[in-house]
Amino acid sequence: MSASLGKDLTGLEHLSPEQIRLILDTAEPFKEVSERPIKKVPALRGKTIVNLFFEASTRTRISFEFAEKRLSADTVNVAATGSSVSKGETLVDTAKNLEAMRIDMVVIRHPSSGVADFLGARIRSNVINAGDGQHEHPTQALLDLLTIRDKHGKIEGLKVCLVGDILHSRVARSNLWGLTKLGAHVGVCGPRTLLPRGIEELGVTVFPRIEEAIEWADVLNILRLQLERMEKGFIPSLREYYRVFGVTPERLERSPHPLTIMHPGPMNRGVEIDSRVADGPHSVILDQVTNGVAVRMAVLYLLAGGRPELADAAKRGVGGGGGGPD
Amino acid sequence: MRPLLLQGGRVIDPSRGLDQVADVLLQDEKIAAVGPGLGVPDGAEVRNVAGRIVAPGLVDVHVHLREPGNEDEETVASGARAAVAGGFTAVCAMPNTDPVTDNQAAVGFIVRQSGRAGLARVYPIGAVSVGQRGEKLAEFGEMVGAGAVAVSDDGRPVASSHLMRTALEYARTFGIPVANHCEEPSLAAGGVMHEGLVASRLGLKGIPAAAEEIMVARDCLLADLTGGHVHLCHMSTRGSIDLIRRAKERGARVTAEVTPHHLTLTDHACEGYDTHAKMNPPLREAADVAALRAALKDGVIDCIASDHAPHSYDEKEAAFDDAPFGIVGLETAFAVAHTELVLGGVLTVPQLIARMSTEPARVFQLAGGTLAAGAGADVVVLDLAVRWTVDASAFHSKSRNTPFAGRELSGRPTLTVVGGKVVHDLERPATT
Amino acid sequence: MSRALQRMAVEVLELAQRPEDLLLIGIQRRGVELAERIAKLIEKDEGVAVPRGALDITLYRDDLETVGPKPVIGETRLPGDLSGKHVVIVDDVLYTGRTVRAALDELADFGRPERISLCVLVDRGGRELPIQADIVGTVVKTGPGDRVDVLVEEIDGRDQVDLVR
Repeated sequence: MSASLGKDLTGLEHLSPEQIRLILDTAEPFKEVSERPIKKVPALRGKTIVNLFFEASTRTRISFEFAEKRLSADTVNVAATGSSVSKGETLVDTAKNLEAMRIDMVVIRHPSSGVADFLGARIRSNVINAGDGQHEHPTQALLDLLTIRDKHGKIEGLKVCLVGDILHSRVARSNLWGLTKLGAHVGVCGPRTLLPRGIEELGVTVFPRIEEAIEWADVLNILRLQLERMEKGFIPSLREYYRVFGVTPERLERSPHPLTIMHPGPMNRGVEIDSRVADGPHSVILDQVTNGVAVRMAVLYLLAGGRPELADAAKRGVGGGGGGPD
Repeated sequence: MRPLLLQGGRVIDPSRGLDQVADVLLQDEKIAAVGPGLGVPDGAEVRNVAGRIVAPGLVDVHVHLREPGNEDEETVASGARAAVAGGFTAVCAMPNTDPVTDNQAAVGFIVRQSGRAGLARVYPIGAVSVGQRGEKLAEFGEMVGAGAVAVSDDGRPVASSHLMRTALEYARTFGIPVANHCEEPSLAAGGVMHEGLVASRLGLKGIPAAAEEIMVARDCLLADLTGGHVHLCHMSTRGSIDLIRRAKERGARVTAEVTPHHLTLTDHACEGYDTHAKMNPPLREAADVAALRAALKDGVIDCIASDHAPHSYDEKEAAFDDAPFGIVGLETAFAVAHTELVLGGVLTVPQLIARMSTEPARVFQLAGGTLAAGAGADVVVLDLAVRWTVDASAFHSKSRNTPFAGRELSGRPTLTVVGGKVVHDLERPATT
Repeated sequence: MSRALQRMAVEVLELAQRPEDLLLIGIQRRGVELAERIAKLIEKDEGVAVPRGALDITLYRDDLETVGPKPVIGETRLPGDLSGKHVVIVDDVLYTGRTVRAALDELADFGRPERISLCVLVDRGGRELPIQADIVGTVVKTGPGDRVDVLVEEIDGRDQVDLVR
């Protein structure tokens, strides 16, 4: 079956629209699990999952941890650090150690692009990319897509603008792939110094000013601006960034229709987004967080269970009712 | 040593415009004669090389041999063995060793190691600045006296324009070129591949073409200013080509080299985060490759040089950001160049041999690159018809970091002779 | 099929000690439709409105890997608190018993009903677990290579029970 996800989820760039839809559709019923009194299903019971985070992250790690525990998996958190010199060694040896311990699944976050693919190619465990350098953060984009779909009923034809430091953002890249594959129109808006080379060739509209982006978009996905961008000279100051690119209620008023407001978090209130906007009626930022657990449960479930050859055998041998073996 | 007669090959000597079937007689470490139907002297070893090319030994003016300091990656001896396997009878070794080759004792060490190995001639290149730190000039005079043929801070650029100017002026005294690795440091800092769409998709920091071009422009202007000879290492962008062309047109003493991989691969080779595609300068775009090929053909680029940069397996087996820059090249350079440029219709065989033998020798004023009577007996026999697959585990180099592993190539050196002695022999493998 | 459902509806009422505590829970997918029909029959004949729910047991299966790469997890919808209730699980075919076992596990995570009964349209034998239905529409003898497919109008366009040998 072509929709099968394969062994790893390292990014959205090489997934088909069908595969992305499969994940979103699978996430819906998992939302209900988080509403139950006992927020647990035994689907991944006995599976061992390691959260291997080479970069500090509270929210993504907690979200994954809840997803894993609500599927009844056994979870271990590893906060690994390495100097830039020993990073390479640590990585290869880490992979070998995980393999030796027969870990079922690894969720990895690392400051270097390509590390999830690097690991996936070297170990038999399922590898889920929780953010590799500036490359991709697929589960974030998936939960963003789910949130948009819930709010607007569809993704195709919607105009979604990513705002902020696109150059350094793995969330932006994953969103770009996910949105274009599902038929949305993608725009980007931010200082020229923070836009990647060749972005226009990916079918994206570039808006030099936030006012233009607001006029065009149905959805704004506002990215976090990091302090170090100022320190490395990409922008003169955070204050200027807010003045020129900040999403404020005054700017939003000029839009012909209400804009859905999204942000992957954590927010710099008063830098990229005004508090009144973040807490406003069109903000779905908290829904993103809820959906995050459901999407991650869906991803873990699909990767852990997907073995097409066994599915075929099950269909042939174990007969029963129309739905499956009973 | 017995005289050696190479019979019946197609003799190509770009230094004299020679291209005909003939015999080549090597005697007393020199080229004794070239011509059809030469007589066989007493006791001579005779090799029938009909169907093969006989050419002056290839010369590689840009290699990194990791001795002293990283002998596990390469030594002068292993590098010299790799060189002759690639058809090279002479190479120039860059000074970014550990410690840096920035004084006459270190230069002399390389010369002695080369002599001990007795394979390809290894000519040391001395550092421009002490420790390659870009502050103070190294002692060019002493280094040249000990055997250095050029100066370079390669690995790094000479960032200070003032230092580059003084280096060019001072080098004039000794008639040596200053070879520069052109990279504007503040633009290139942190970059790991070409800045372009592929880097954007992969989420990797890029090195823009302008980082090279800015320094190429500067060095051409300094060549104007000083009348010194600047040699531009491993050119990679079409913008650099334009600048070099104009500099040459106005008579500046600028020469340039290009690597086989920059003539063959683009930044798409980095997809999948293959660290064997990571080098500095990085692989660029198809338009750059096309411009480099045209420039090599019309002589704006003088020669091909491999930039042979050995690295251990462990170092390259890392995240793309963390892997060191560089690939080996001595043992694949000729075959890649032949397959891509000759069979690709860009160069004729004599033009390729000129760019890999006569021209590099001329640029660095080295003996070699010629089959004139009385010249050193440095000769290579090339079989252009043989097809072979690159097997990195069979390399004579200590390192295996090549992007060409598994690639099918056409053409290969089958006999390499240095100073009249056979040092690499696939014609008769048992004797190698 | 309608005759069997009619009889099953009567038996459900007979089984219940207090009809007001009845709760019909269908197992996705066709069990849900059957539970709906039985509830409507009870309502029509006896005037008692029986609450119904749906249970998807995909996440409780004991055979994760055989689900395949494209599992469809249906809706789970349970009306209110289970304590004090008499839950009647409704499914189309009872075979190995593993689906019912998964349903029991899942119900336990929602609460503790007073009593749980099992009502199935077809019992085809071949049990792998010690599970029996309290109410059976029809018994069919089958071998291991056979399939029993139940089709319902709401999903498949017609009511039919097929035995494929």
